Amino acid sequence: MSKRIDVKDLNVYYGNFLAVEGVSINIAARSVTAFIGPSGCGKSTFLRTLNRMHEVLPGARVEGQVLLDGDDLYGSGVDPVAVRSHVGMVFQRPNPFPTMSIRDNVLAGVKLNGGRLSKSDAQEVVESSLKGANLWNEVKDRLDKPGSGLSGGQQQRLCIARAIAVKPDVILMDEPCSALDPISTLAVEDLINELKERYTVVIVTHNMQQAARVSDKTAFFNIAGTGKPGKLIEYADTTTIFNNPKEKATEDYVSGRFG
Amino acid sequence: MTRTVHETARATKGRDLTATETKTPESPGRLRALSSRQGAAGDKVFSGAALAAGAIILVVLVAVAVFLVVQAMPALLAPQSQIANGEGFWPYIFPLVVGTIIAAAIALLIATPISIGVALFISHYAPRRLSQILGYIIDLLAAIPSVIFGAWGISFLAPALVPGYTWLSSALGWIPIFAGPPSATGKTLLTASIVLAVMVIPIITSVCREIFLQTPKLHEEAALALGATRWEMIRMAVLPFARPGIISAVMLGLGRALGETMAVALVLSSGPLIASLLQSGNQTIAAEIALNFPEASGLSLNTLIAAGLVLFIVTLAVNLLARWVISRHKEFSGAN
Ligand SMILES: Nc1ncnc2c1ncn2[C@@H]1O[C@H](COP(=O)(O)OP(=O)(O)OP(=O)(O)O)[C@@H](O)[C@H]1O
Ligand SMILES: [Mg+2]
Repeated sequence: MSKRIDVKDLNVYYGNFLAVEGVSINIAARSVTAFIGPSGCGKSTFLRTLNRMHEVLPGARVEGQVLLDGDDLYGSGVDPVAVRSHVGMVFQRPNPFPTMSIRDNVLAGVKLNGGRLSKSDAQEVVESSLKGANLWNEVKDRLDKPGSGLSGGQQQRLCIARAIAVKPDVILMDEPCSALDPISTLAVEDLINELKERYTVVIVTHNMQQAARVSDKTAFFNIAGTGKPGKLIEYADTTTIFNNPKEKATEDYVSGRFG
Repeated sequence: MTRTVHETARATKGRDLTATETKTPESPGRLRALSSRQGAAGDKVFSGAALAAGAIILVVLVAVAVFLVVQAMPALLAPQSQIANGEGFWPYIFPLVVGTIIAAAIALLIATPISIGVALFISHYAPRRLSQILGYIIDLLAAIPSVIFGAWGISFLAPALVPGYTWLSSALGWIPIFAGPPSATGKTLLTASIVLAVMVIPIITSVCREIFLQTPKLHEEAALALGATRWEMIRMAVLPFARPGIISAVMLGLGRALGETMAVALVLSSGPLIASLLQSGNQTIAAEIALNFPEASGLSLNTLIAAGLVLFIVTLAVNLLARWVISRHKEFSGAN
């Protein structure tokens, strides 16, 4: 069940360093939203606050609100572990568990929280998740082989299958294609297009064409200088951001005149 | 670690940028500079030194093995009635082998779970300051000489365990290994095993901690992002990654436990092989050699050396077994 995300006045700190300042953004359900911006402007940092993965990093903390269909992720008594099973994440480098078979990788998240599956249920989850990640045909004959034996692009789609197997509401992707070749990139982009029919997808990318190809809305982040906090500069329909942005900084960035 | 993740992110971007630059063709002059290979001499010296070092290790190993075999032969070939007060070599060595293996096995049974737990606590649970302090303490413990552990075993641990042994034998005395009457001094094989466990815990902990700390952040985050608790993350990402390392660490501990001489010689009031761990009796090879070596001569010396050869073989066999266990799971080790 995809859900909408509403962020209100979010600040993110690493210790005393304010990394991201004052972000407010409303992300609709069943849409693809792209985050773009120069390196170090806090895209990854902000993305991680949407499923509380930043809490894994030492010293990271937030101020402000993130609402998932109205429920505050940072409300008292909210368990970050539960948040992450609703808001999945795909990382820059494909990271299937090397000691697990392809099948076990897909089931890794489902088996958490004491979840027990009958054999046939498990097979069904594996098949539907891998089909959902456009990987089924490539791996259906070797489900018991290690996931690390796949190509980089296949591994990344395996990670997406693993993420959708737990039936999240939202899928966050941090530069999911930056370690992939163009063909695998296209495969993942096609997949993102299909995913948005069922999930809310947020993707960080450095590739403008990719942002233009896959996203409905685009958010441009920028940073005033080193040591300054990153800010959300402009957030609009992707076509608007790329064709007639309101802000000068956005226009410079998308037209490659940045810096 | 997170830093490195971000650094690689940046590095990848750097590559994207430079990839669009046109490559300047390499000039012939630059090629010549490359082919002159200034480092070649140093390279030769290093590879020579490495080869020599490797050869020395092999030679020493072979020399030790040859010495053991040559010196042990007389004991194996002599009429068995002359060996070990007429006992014969094999009847003499068998209880020692069993005692050695039981003592080491119990020690590992105790030490392995504790070590893994402590190592996990240091690597994944304790706040940074505490884990640093604990790390120092563990490394310090690993450096304590075994005679100190032996002294501690005799003077403190053995008497302290006597009430426990009394209770064990009355409650579980029907199990042969807990059969009474328990030793009044506490100088039993179980005490010796516990001392051995205490000695190997720092070694296993220290190696395990290093390995746990090396778990790729990538896989830890993969587990956490799926909604794993910290313990689930450890089971999913840390332990599978560390499995071969844990086995190596345990083997290291086993090597020490099998060969440990002083502590066992001090703590164990030795005797013939008996099933009960709570009575005095039993002996290990290493302690037997140490206790009898000073007075040994002639054939009895050969007998002790033959015992040493058996210990050597047992250790080797155990190590080979461990390697086989590790290699069985190569495909899923993450090394590919
Ligand atoms: N674990 C951390 N501890 C301290 N500071 C951090 C940490 N991670 C990131 N930062 C800092 O926070 C700021 C934002 O970093 P972030 O990684 O979110 O940028 P980004 O937009 O994702 O960059 P990129 O495009 O290179 O991935 C940077 O100044 C960075 O140095
Ligand atoms: Mg980033």
